[in-house]
Amino acid sequence: MSNQTPVIELKNVKKSFGPVEVLKDVNFTVRAGEVTALVGDNGAGKSTLIKGLAGIQSYDSGTVLFDAKPVELTSPRQSSELGIDVVYQDLALCDNLDIVHNMFLGREEVNAGVLDEGHMESKAASTLTSLSVKTVKSVRQKVAKLSGGQRQTVAIARAVLWNNKVVILDEPTAALGVAQTEQVLQLVRKLADAGKAVIIISHNLQDVFAVADRIFVLYLGKMIASLKTSETNQADVVGYITGTKSQEDGA
Amino acid sequence: MSEQNAIQTGNEGSFLEVGRDYFKRIKSGETGSLPALLGLVILATIFALANPIFLKPINFANLLTQAATVTTLAMGLTFVLLLGEIDLSAGVTAGLSAAFLAVSMASYGVPWPFAVVISLILGMFVGFMIGLLVAKVGIPSFVVTLAVFLAFQGLQLVVVGKGGLIGIEAPPILAIMNRPMPLSFGWILLLIILVIYVLTSLISRRQRSNSGQQNKPLSLVLFKAVIILVVGGALVSFLNLERGANPAVTSLKGVPYVVPIVILLLAGGTFVLNRTKFGRHVYAVGGNAEAARRAGIRVSRVRITVFMISSTFAGIAGILLASRQASVDAAAGRSIVLSAIAAAVVGGVSLFGGRGKLTDAVIGGFVIAVIDNGLGLIGLASGLNLAITGGVLLLAATADAITSRKSKTS
Ligand SMILES: Nc1ncnc2c1ncn2[C@@H]1O[C@H](COP(=O)(O)OP(=O)(O)OP(=O)(O)O)[C@@H](O)[C@H]1O
Ligand SMILES: [Mg+2]
Repeated sequence: MSNQTPVIELKNVKKSFGPVEVLKDVNFTVRAGEVTALVGDNGAGKSTLIKGLAGIQSYDSGTVLFDAKPVELTSPRQSSELGIDVVYQDLALCDNLDIVHNMFLGREEVNAGVLDEGHMESKAASTLTSLSVKTVKSVRQKVAKLSGGQRQTVAIARAVLWNNKVVILDEPTAALGVAQTEQVLQLVRKLADAGKAVIIISHNLQDVFAVADRIFVLYLGKMIASLKTSETNQADVVGYITGTKSQEDGA
Repeated sequence: MSEQNAIQTGNEGSFLEVGRDYFKRIKSGETGSLPALLGLVILATIFALANPIFLKPINFANLLTQAATVTTLAMGLTFVLLLGEIDLSAGVTAGLSAAFLAVSMASYGVPWPFAVVISLILGMFVGFMIGLLVAKVGIPSFVVTLAVFLAFQGLQLVVVGKGGLIGIEAPPILAIMNRPMPLSFGWILLLIILVIYVLTSLISRRQRSNSGQQNKPLSLVLFKAVIILVVGGALVSFLNLERGANPAVTSLKGVPYVVPIVILLLAGGTFVLNRTKFGRHVYAVGGNAEAARRAGIRVSRVRITVFMISSTFAGIAGILLASRQASVDAAAGRSIVLSAIAAAVVGGVSLFGGRGKLTDAVIGGFVIAVIDNGLGLIGLASGLNLAITGGVLLLAATADAITSRKSKTS
C-alpha cells in the first residue's frame, strides 16, 4: 500500500513570522492508507505546518503537491474542496446542537429549501455505525451532553462523513482518559484502513507507536527525521525530538 | 423499521414513552417555556380572584392587543438573542417606523399600503446598518444599538415635530388593533392552523420514512392537533362573545385582526428557524461562532440578516403601536424595548445565545402583558408594575444563567 504516489507532498516549505523562521525547508509526505505521525517539541512548528495544509495560513515558499499536482492552499474552503479536513484540538463543535446537526454543519442537506432531517440522520447514523462507534447512544443527543471522547468521535466522524481524502488530527487524545484514548486510536486506525491519509499530531509517543505507520520529527522548524514505526523505537524518537540525535535529511 | 444499528435517533418509543421522556427532560433542567407558562396560569388566577373584570371578554381582547406589540418585538429580538447579541434599538425603530407611517399618510397623502411598505423597508434598512457595524466593523451590538436608541429619539422628534401628535386615519391600519374580524373568520383561522399543522407534520414524517428513519408515534400528532383544537376553539368562542360596552349601539365581538398577523409571524419565523439552512446557521453561530466559521458558514452574513429581521419585526410592531394609539407622538416606542427583552427572556430565550424559540417570546410576551394589565386592574400605583416587571426579568435571567452554566459543565 505504501509505494503508491503520496497524497500530499511538501517540498522545501518555508514559513517565517517576521525574523523568526518557523519552518525551514521542510519536506513532508503523506500516503493514503497510512497513519502519519507528526511529532516534535513545543514550538517545533507542527501546528504551523498543519495550518498551511488547512489553508488557514499559507506557506511563504516551497511546493505543495496534492495527488502529484502542484496546488496553492490559500483558504480553508480550498483545502476542504480538495478533501483535506482538520479535526482541531478544540474540536469546534456547537454544544447547543445535536450530533446530526454538528456532523452536517455548514453542509446541511435540503429538499425544496427545507432541511432534510431524515436523510441527514440516516447518513450520520450509518457513518457512526461504519466506524463501529458504540459509545454514542442517540444521534439526536446534544453535543453538550457528550464526554470528551464522544465529542472527539463526533468530530472525526464528521471528517469521515464528507469522504475526505486527508484527515488531520491535532492532538486528538490530549484530554482523554485511558479507555477513551483507546477508542479514539482505534478510530484513527480504522480511518487509515479505509484508505484515507491520516495525519496525527501527538506528544504521546505511546499513542504514536500504537497507531502510526510513519513518524516525522520536527526540531526547531527542521524536519529532522522520517522514520518507519516498525524500524525505530521510542528512545530514538525521543532523541530526535530533543535534538540529541539526527538523521541525514529524510523524507 | 430500519433499526439497522444500536444508535438511536430519539424517535423511538410509544406515545407513553415519549411523554415520559418529556418529563425526564424537564426534570433535567430543559424546561423551555414551561416555567413561564406556569407563571402565566398563576398570575392569571391571582388577578382573576383579585378583580373579576380580568376574566371579562373585553379585558381579554384588551390583553391580546396589549401583548401583540410586545410579542412582535420580542419575536424579532429572539433572532438577535439567539446569536448572543442584543438590540436595544428595537423600540425606537418601532417608534420611528410608526412616525414615518403616520407622516407619510398624513402629510404626503401616501396610500396606506405604500406607507406600510415604506416603514417596513425603513426598519429593514436600520437593521442592515446595525448589522454592518456589528459584523463588519466589530462594534459590540450593545453599543451600536444604544447609539441608535439615542439617535433615533432625536430623529423621531424631528419627523413628528415638536410637541407633535400625528393622527392615523386609514381605517385598515386602525382596524388591526381596534376591530374584530367577522365571527366566522375566527373559526376559519383555527381550521387553517389545524390543517397546516397536520399537513406539515405529515410531510416531514413522509420525508423521514423515505430516508428509512423512524418516526415518533402518529398519535402524538393527533394529540397535539386535539390540543390546538380545544384551546383554539375555547379562545375563538370566548372572543366571539359580545364585549361592547353598549351592544345596542356598537356591537364588538370577534377575534381581533392583529391575532392572525402575530400567528403568521410566529409560524413564518418558526419555520425559518427550525426548517431552513439559515435557521440552523443562526443556532450554530449562537452556539459557537468559531465552529460555525470553520464549518464554512458565512458568520457576518448571518449576523447582518438577523439584525435586519429584528428591525423589520420592530417596524411591524411600530405599525401595531400606531394602530392601537390611533396616533404617533415623539416618544412612541421608547420604553417598550425593555418589556420585549424581558418577554423573550422570561419566555425562556437565553441571553447567552443558541437557545430559544419564537413561541418562548410569545409566552413571555403574554406574561409581561398580564402583569401590566392585571396590576392596572388591581389599581396599584403605576410605578409598581415597572418594578415588578424588572424583578421578573431578573428572576428569569438568573434561571437562564444557571441553566447555561449547568449545560456548560455537564
Ligand atoms: N502567528 C504567529 N506569529 C508569530 N509567531 C508564531 C505564530 N504562530 C506560531 N509562531 C511561532 O512559531 C513557532 C512554532 O509554533 P507552532 O504552533 O507551529 O508549534 P507546535 O509545534 O505546534 O507547538 P505545540 O506542541 O506547543 O503546539 C513558535 O515559536 C511560535 O511562537
Ligand atoms: Mg501546536
